[in-house]
Amino acid sequence: MTDWIDVLIVVIKVVAAFVVMLVATLLLIWGERKLLADMQNRIGPQRAGPWGLLQALADGIKLFFKEPITPSRVEKRVYLLAPILALIPALLMFLVVPIGRPFTIGDREITLQAMDLNVGILFVLAVSSMAVYAVVLAGWSSGSKYPLLGAVRATAQAISYEAALGLALVPVVIYEGTLSVSGLVEGQSGQFFGVFPAWNIILLPSFAFFLVAAIAETNRAPFDLVEAENELVGGFHTEYSGLRFAFFFLAEYINIFTMSALTATIFLGGWNGPTWDGSLPASITWVFPILWFSLKTFAIVFIFFWVRATLPRLRYDRWWSWAGSG
Amino acid sequence: MGLLAVFAKGLSVTFRQMFRPRVTTPYPHEKRVKPQRFHGRHVLNRHEDGMEKCIGCELCAGVCPARCIYVRGADNPTQDPVSPGERFGFIYEINMLRCIFCGLCVEACPTEAITMTQLFEMSVTDRTSGIYAKDELLVGEDGTPNHAQPDGPLIDLNELTIADGWMRATAPSGRQAYEGIPGWTPSAGVGLRPPEQGQSTRDEQDGEDA
Repeated sequence: MTDWIDVLIVVIKVVAAFVVMLVATLLLIWGERKLLADMQNRIGPQRAGPWGLLQALADGIKLFFKEPITPSRVEKRVYLLAPILALIPALLMFLVVPIGRPFTIGDREITLQAMDLNVGILFVLAVSSMAVYAVVLAGWSSGSKYPLLGAVRATAQAISYEAALGLALVPVVIYEGTLSVSGLVEGQSGQFFGVFPAWNIILLPSFAFFLVAAIAETNRAPFDLVEAENELVGGFHTEYSGLRFAFFFLAEYINIFTMSALTATIFLGGWNGPTWDGSLPASITWVFPILWFSLKTFAIVFIFFWVRATLPRLRYDRWWSWAGSG
Repeated sequence: MGLLAVFAKGLSVTFRQMFRPRVTTPYPHEKRVKPQRFHGRHVLNRHEDGMEKCIGCELCAGVCPARCIYVRGADNPTQDPVSPGERFGFIYEINMLRCIFCGLCVEACPTEAITMTQLFEMSVTDRTSGIYAKDELLVGEDGTPNHAQPDGPLIDLNELTIADGWMRATAPSGRQAYEGIPGWTPSAGVGLRPPEQGQSTRDEQDGEDA
């Protein structure tokens, strides 16, 4: 029996998740440029705000004010639909990730998770597959060579790495015995031999496959042949400008953040971590699970950026054959 | 496993770079030291007594591959000569937007009137301003190049005084007999530029087989 308070709670959680994703995207864009610059012995953004923190915001505002040019040969409706179609799965995926420990207000237990599905993992896999539609439709509807090639490559890559993503999660699901994301987090709350945290990372091959497949899923280097700038100009988003391009850009970074959050949740214990419940008052200890979650997510994000700064891009057919498909 | 080791090695390289100093020069707070013969903006030099070196011979305009120099000479007024010669550069314009900064005009000039400085900040807002006329190219009485914003916060005053893009040969025609003997006249503000080392002194320092 749900009454208006429950609806209100869900609305608040969804809005909060949206805000978290957008703020995280801004941070990620800035962080990537700064981190890549550090690894390449240069400085990166430093003028827009202290340490260039407002650079992502400045880029967003610039894209907002740009003229959205629609080429004449596009398939109009699909062309306009594709950026929205890219953003929807990206926004949906994060809703199943628990950010912190559930807390109780009155007689309600409120989880810091917008959707507490008992098939959360399946939901994530399904929704992430839909993200490919946006890429393919954007590339095809643009009516030009480079986007079409980018779209075709995206399809092949997605087919190759969706399977890897799913199969990498099967050991975890069998080990934990649940598909629910919050169940996975709770299953990692103990310790091995009283010392090591009971994280699912002990399923090391599973972790490795999932990380690699996640990098491929988000079209990040070294799997960014979809938007390989030195080959395809812009790939599927070549013909998009202004806010439409901003949507693709946003969707990509939200995907990176969500995949990192999922890796941290599924393999690194999510929000589990020492909280010092006994020694510190409850008004402070609620922060610690959120802190641990953020730390783990940003650690995986660091790995994403680190890999981008280091590894070259292989020829696209080699990546596919490496993944197991023709 | 071998693949993993390869990846780990590559990743460690980029990781190490994070702790190394950055090579970016924070322009405009700090400017790079430019090479001595940097091909920057041209200036028209003066002799030490203030007379202009340009004699209006138009050799620079003739040699310019981009055809960006426009010179017209005029006879020196007998009462008040501008240059120590019969003629002087009456109209002298260089279109900086066409100039390719090759330095052939500097090589061609018989009086070392036109040289290249280390100034490179030449942004303009319309094409007409890109054509530098004589009053912008000519150095002041004391040899200071004419800069659009001499008091600006981004200007490094030292750059203005090093009008040093002069291409010096060890000797006129390179003969050993002329090594160490300057084959040029003193300029206002700079004085007599010292001659460079000759090939023989370099050989002595480096050893015969250098």
